[in-house]
Amino acid sequence: MKFIDEYRDPAAARQYAQALVNIVTKPWTLMEVCGGQTHAIVKFGIDELLPPQITLVHGPGCPVCVTPLELIEKAIRIASLPKVIFCSFGDMIRVPGNSRDLLSVKAAGGDVRIVYSPLDCLKIARDNPEREIVFFAVGFETTAPANAMAVFQARSQGLKNFSLLVSHVLVPPAIEAILSSPSNRVQGFLAAGHVCAVMGYEEYEPIARQYRVPIVVTGFEPLDILQGVTMCVEQLEQGRAEVENQYARCVRKEGNAAARDLIKEVFRVVPRKWRGVGEIAQSGLGLRQEYAGFDAEMRFALSDFAVAESPECISGQILQGIQKPQECPAFGILCSPEHPLGATMVSSEGACAAYYRYRRV
Amino acid sequence: MKGGIMCLAIPGKIISIEETDPTLRSGRVDFAGIVKQVNLALVPEARVGDYALVHVGLAIGIVDEKEAQEVFDYLRQIGELAELEEGKAE
Repeated sequence: MKFIDEYRDPAAARQYAQALVNIVTKPWTLMEVCGGQTHAIVKFGIDELLPPQITLVHGPGCPVCVTPLELIEKAIRIASLPKVIFCSFGDMIRVPGNSRDLLSVKAAGGDVRIVYSPLDCLKIARDNPEREIVFFAVGFETTAPANAMAVFQARSQGLKNFSLLVSHVLVPPAIEAILSSPSNRVQGFLAAGHVCAVMGYEEYEPIARQYRVPIVVTGFEPLDILQGVTMCVEQLEQGRAEVENQYARCVRKEGNAAARDLIKEVFRVVPRKWRGVGEIAQSGLGLRQEYAGFDAEMRFALSDFAVAESPECISGQILQGIQKPQECPAFGILCSPEHPLGATMVSSEGACAAYYRYRRV
Repeated sequence: MKGGIMCLAIPGKIISIEETDPTLRSGRVDFAGIVKQVNLALVPEARVGDYALVHVGLAIGIVDEKEAQEVFDYLRQIGELAELEEGKAE
């Protein structure tokens, strides 16, 4: 596939590894923010190609993993209602709630459907005027334009039986939360390329300055990641802390103006709870007042309820780069993709699932 | 192509565009033989033949072909720099 295969060239990957050996003089710890990058790193063995001084830790950029249990419980309650068709991306279906997951709601007769795009829900809503169609809108900035577009179109088409259960999160506040934690060990970041394709990267510049940390906007193919690591290590070795763009073929400084406008039209910035981490101020998106009629939490009058995390699961530590999956005593023993204790093992983007799939010894 | 919320976006070649209402602008996009209908409303500059970056049924950007070689150009540059450094050391 054009724009994919050429970035998997093994000879060029080895040259990058060699270039890194030439550059690196000290140990450095970098975090790749996005779960898609984590999977590429583990799948292609990029971490094993790096000089031993460079450690990659895995970031919080897995939307399934950071969706709080409360919202999973809300999803389960809504999906169990007889008149509801509950639509979701596939990964969310198996995330365990308090006692069960969305898949078991489906098994018990609930109408739970996996969709490829939130836009598919509009047709389902038109075809089923007597039913309530609810979409589980989780995701980072990359997914926000599609969810915003679904609501925007629903309003302009006068669709009344469609709503979103919103659990949208934002990358920059999560990076700041990691950097201001006393246990932080991250010295440089590979920022998530597709988040920046939408949002641009101007909002990372004050973070790089304030925390004196290099941030390199990075793509998802092996050579992208190797170049991102090299650029980041080069900055660290030279004592620089700047925002650089490795992924210029897809990311412009200002992002996608039309997408940003659409997000602003439909969503506003709100505080959000991150699973395993806790509440982070101004770290998510919620529907604006003008679109409140499309908010499933209001439509189904769901109040907050406290839900306890599994005591054995250390996903909060994993999501902040403090521990790695194989350091968890439950990994591969009490916890596996078939019997997950936490979301980092469920999601195809979760760090634990990646290690289980590609690194189990 | 399995639906997922991974922030993965896949580049595919736009093979046709239907000009309708701007928010409904869509087109057929070819991902190495798999053709999908994609919403193109957020990439008004997109033309047939461009590579769209597609995430959950929506194009979020266009691949800039001029920048596509950057990953190899950078590799060459750091390789040449290393040779220069070695030259200095001798």
